[in-house]
Amino acid sequence: MKQLTILSGKGGTGKTTITASLAVLTEKAVVADCDVDAPDLHMLLHPEIIKTEEFAGVKLAVVDKEKCTKCGLCREKCRFHAITEDIEVQPISCEGCAVCVIICPVDAISLVERVSGHAYISKTENGFMIHAMLSPGEANSGKLVTLVRQNAKKTAEEQHADFVIIDGPPGIGCPVISSVTGVDAGLVITEPTMSGIHDLERALQLLNYFKVKPFVCINMFDINQENTNRIENFCKESEIEFVGRIPFNPVVTKAMVNGETIVKYAPESDVAGEIARMSKKLLSALNNGSG
Amino acid sequence: MIVAVASGKGGTGKTSVAVNMALSVGKLQFLDCDVEEPNANLLLHSTINKTEPVYVLVPAVDEGLCDLCGKCAEFCQYNAIFVAAQKLTFFSELCHSCGGCTIVCPKNAISEERHRIGVLKYGSVGDLEVVYGELDVGKPMAVPVISEVKEQIRSDRNVIIDSPPGTSCPVIEAVTGSDFCILVTEPTPFGLHDLKITIQVLENMGIPFGVVVNRSGIGDKETYDYCKKKDISILLEIPYQRRIAELYSKGIPFTLQMPEWKRKFQKLFEDIRKLAHK
Repeated sequence: MKQLTILSGKGGTGKTTITASLAVLTEKAVVADCDVDAPDLHMLLHPEIIKTEEFAGVKLAVVDKEKCTKCGLCREKCRFHAITEDIEVQPISCEGCAVCVIICPVDAISLVERVSGHAYISKTENGFMIHAMLSPGEANSGKLVTLVRQNAKKTAEEQHADFVIIDGPPGIGCPVISSVTGVDAGLVITEPTMSGIHDLERALQLLNYFKVKPFVCINMFDINQENTNRIENFCKESEIEFVGRIPFNPVVTKAMVNGETIVKYAPESDVAGEIARMSKKLLSALNNGSG
Repeated sequence: MIVAVASGKGGTGKTSVAVNMALSVGKLQFLDCDVEEPNANLLLHSTINKTEPVYVLVPAVDEGLCDLCGKCAEFCQYNAIFVAAQKLTFFSELCHSCGGCTIVCPKNAISEERHRIGVLKYGSVGDLEVVYGELDVGKPMAVPVISEVKEQIRSDRNVIIDSPPGTSCPVIEAVTGSDFCILVTEPTPFGLHDLKITIQVLENMGIPFGVVVNRSGIGDKETYDYCKKKDISILLEIPYQRRIAELYSKGIPFTLQMPEWKRKFQKLFEDIRKLAHK
């Protein structure tokens, strides 16, 4: 079984659109949405949830008002500024570190579990989809991503799937790191803009840091042909496999509005054709063990 | 007045709106808090005159004093310390810098040392002061870098904060303390879905907000219907135009080439001032 993560650094380059199409085009694949704080993949793949699991992220400090003498030691030692002057815990800032618990001279503080989100195992027309939803504003998305990854791997093993295709979050921080560690390859979707190029470089550095084989695809390449050439030349010089050049086409947004993948909504379109070619290249590269 | 620009979904045009508004209004401080992918300066082109490393505190264990009792590992909520028969192992990438291990160690064997996770860059362009953070590649914790950028806020100036995408802890850190938050969205199902989640976050935080619709003309009408139903003001619409996209791709803020927009961004800022009662 091979695992491929789609990432981008910069948001809005087309990760989810491309992941959904790759999932539809790949037989015997499990697809996972690791963008747990702003997941969108379900709007194209329409999963039917078969199992829901509560996610307990960080714990939350709770003050027993009967015991509390308002000495303020907890407030002083809390590095997350989570305790107010009135010794109230602000859940949005509390990281559940337990420093207040051990520092309180009258044992008035304890940690309690809190539900920070939900993890789902679902079925789609094309097979299993593993996803999650972090509660708005919660911390610890990296840990929820790890849970999604574990569920995806387990499901893929049970189903004898050949591939796990993972939609990653934007950025390069903790949830992205959790999305790329231990995968066979990373497909970076970039766009031919100055920001796209800057973030592509950082995404490639991240894959290199975690020893993950990189592939690169340019979405909306015709927005700026000069930048597209720059990116392709950079890939050639750095010996990074360049797998796709997807044109700008408003039909992509139309497919999204209709809740469909572009390869199903407009299979004859230039975009669908290029994604299909890219899919073949990627799968054969992964199968040949270059991952 | 502190105005944050956030979005939920990535790539909706946060940076573009923040930069064009800053250039149109002028005389303010611009903070790029998207420290994982700080892109504002690719449009602002400010001259960087100072760079400073950002550190977090992590435990440093005195092996001479440590008797491997394991109290620190037992305490650490993030599993950042592992004590085996012969050795204590510390994983800096899991550490949240709470300082708890230094308190629980019965032998006083743990002190703290600085661990670099990123840099802060200071620059200026015209009458704008620019500060941005850059998380080192491979480091997971964006929040301490964002918090360091926000330490630089000057109370005698208007401040525009470019926030990271998403709806989790980095966004909270970036928008906390703002007088107003602009939510940039695109009128598509993905844009609307993520907008709704971000609105929940801001409502919980009690920060007033309004919506800027970018790339209007693409997608559908759902975003407009939703804002109308929820009585959320649409502060500005920026149509999808190939020219704007091309200028962005070259790193040029579109207000510089399309000066008719300058007035609109000035008005946007004035409207926000009224909504934020500032």
